[in-house]
Amino acid sequence: MAAQHSPMEQFEIKPIIPLHIGGLDISFTNSALYMVIAIALVTYVMVYSVRGRPLIPGRLQSIAEIIYEFVGEMLESVCGKEGRRYFPFIFTLFMFILACNLLGMLPYSFTVTSHIIITVTMALVVFVGVTAIGFARHGVKFLSIFAPAGVPLWIMPLLVPIEIFSYFVRPVSLSLRLFANMMAGHTMLKVIAGFVIALGAWVGWAPLAFVVVLTGFEIVVAVLQAYIFAILSCVYLNDALHVGH
Amino acid sequence: MHVISIGIWGRSAIAGAIGGLTVAALPALAEGASGGMPQFNPSGFAPQLFWLVITFVTLYFVMARVALPRIAEVLELRAERISDDLDKAAALKAEADQVIAVYEKALAEARAQAANVGRETAASHAAAAATRQAQLGTELGAKIKAAEARIAAARATAMASLTSVAGVAAQAATKRLIGVDIEAAEAERAAATALRERG
Repeated sequence: MAAQHSPMEQFEIKPIIPLHIGGLDISFTNSALYMVIAIALVTYVMVYSVRGRPLIPGRLQSIAEIIYEFVGEMLESVCGKEGRRYFPFIFTLFMFILACNLLGMLPYSFTVTSHIIITVTMALVVFVGVTAIGFARHGVKFLSIFAPAGVPLWIMPLLVPIEIFSYFVRPVSLSLRLFANMMAGHTMLKVIAGFVIALGAWVGWAPLAFVVVLTGFEIVVAVLQAYIFAILSCVYLNDALHVGH
Repeated sequence: MHVISIGIWGRSAIAGAIGGLTVAALPALAEGASGGMPQFNPSGFAPQLFWLVITFVTLYFVMARVALPRIAEVLELRAERISDDLDKAAALKAEADQVIAVYEKALAEARAQAANVGRETAASHAAAAATRQAQLGTELGAKIKAAEARIAAARATAMASLTSVAGVAAQAATKRLIGVDIEAAEAERAAATALRERG
């Protein structure tokens, strides 16, 4: 019974349909279920709402258009016109994280993005992809991002290792930020919610009120973290597109 | 960017604080949990990765092939339609301006024509009046002359009869005063002479 009340219990991966290919476990778990719900939700909003291609948008279509233009403007303001090619990827990344974060806010649901393996994979895809784009576009010249122009030569031995280090820390900070925010927020909600019962009818309303406020705060965090992940991906992409800025 | 970076760092600080709280709360509330956080249990990695790739790639293709082109199309169509409508409105406005210009030109012409007609009419009226006045003047002059002639004639007649009356009066006076009966013709001659002498 004690395990049932653990604030970490909500992060448990539970197989729904056990599947194995060779020695590989590819079971359809609660995590997989919420990923499928997330992409179904995003597809519903982004595809179903625009099905008739009407000129005067309905409510859902307005939402789809606003998100489209919001992400498009974000990408263009950071990366310029060259970034347009990567719009589908940045858009998918943003929508996937946003949907997973927001679905996690539903009571009894599972938060896909509260698992470091998920955030680290997405961050590594961005990191490796951006590095590949950088080398593909600029060749060896891409390495010049480690040696900023206009810096005195004697400072280079100090600066270049720092730049290299900060470059390789990018996927770590990118993935940890999302993972830690999601996990900490949900853990805290669970812990405080546990106090409601523990403290009883006389004092329990105080943590209850706090949970209400915190839930609102966590919804903001869910949106904000998706935005931060997406815009930092754009910033890294911009470094690869425009070396020497 | 500045606001965002505040957001990131502010959030990190809060996350740190929450992390501390979580760690403190864990031992009390998580007794019996099967060895630490589920996030670091490697047995969950493979299924999560597998389904992440499947769902993410699916979503990517749905977005890239269907959703985004469709929304772009709608937005483009709308922008086109709006610019079309604006163009049409501009064309209509130009047309209206032209019509107004034509109308105003016609109005000015009509006004000028009306002024012309008025001037001409006034001139012709003035000429007619002058002619009539001149005619009237001549007529009146003729009448005056005729009247003067009549008066002169009447005067002459009167003067002539005055001579004869004076002659008769002189004959009668002569007969009464001196008892001499003079000839009527002589009396008349004498009267005429006397009248001529007096002017």
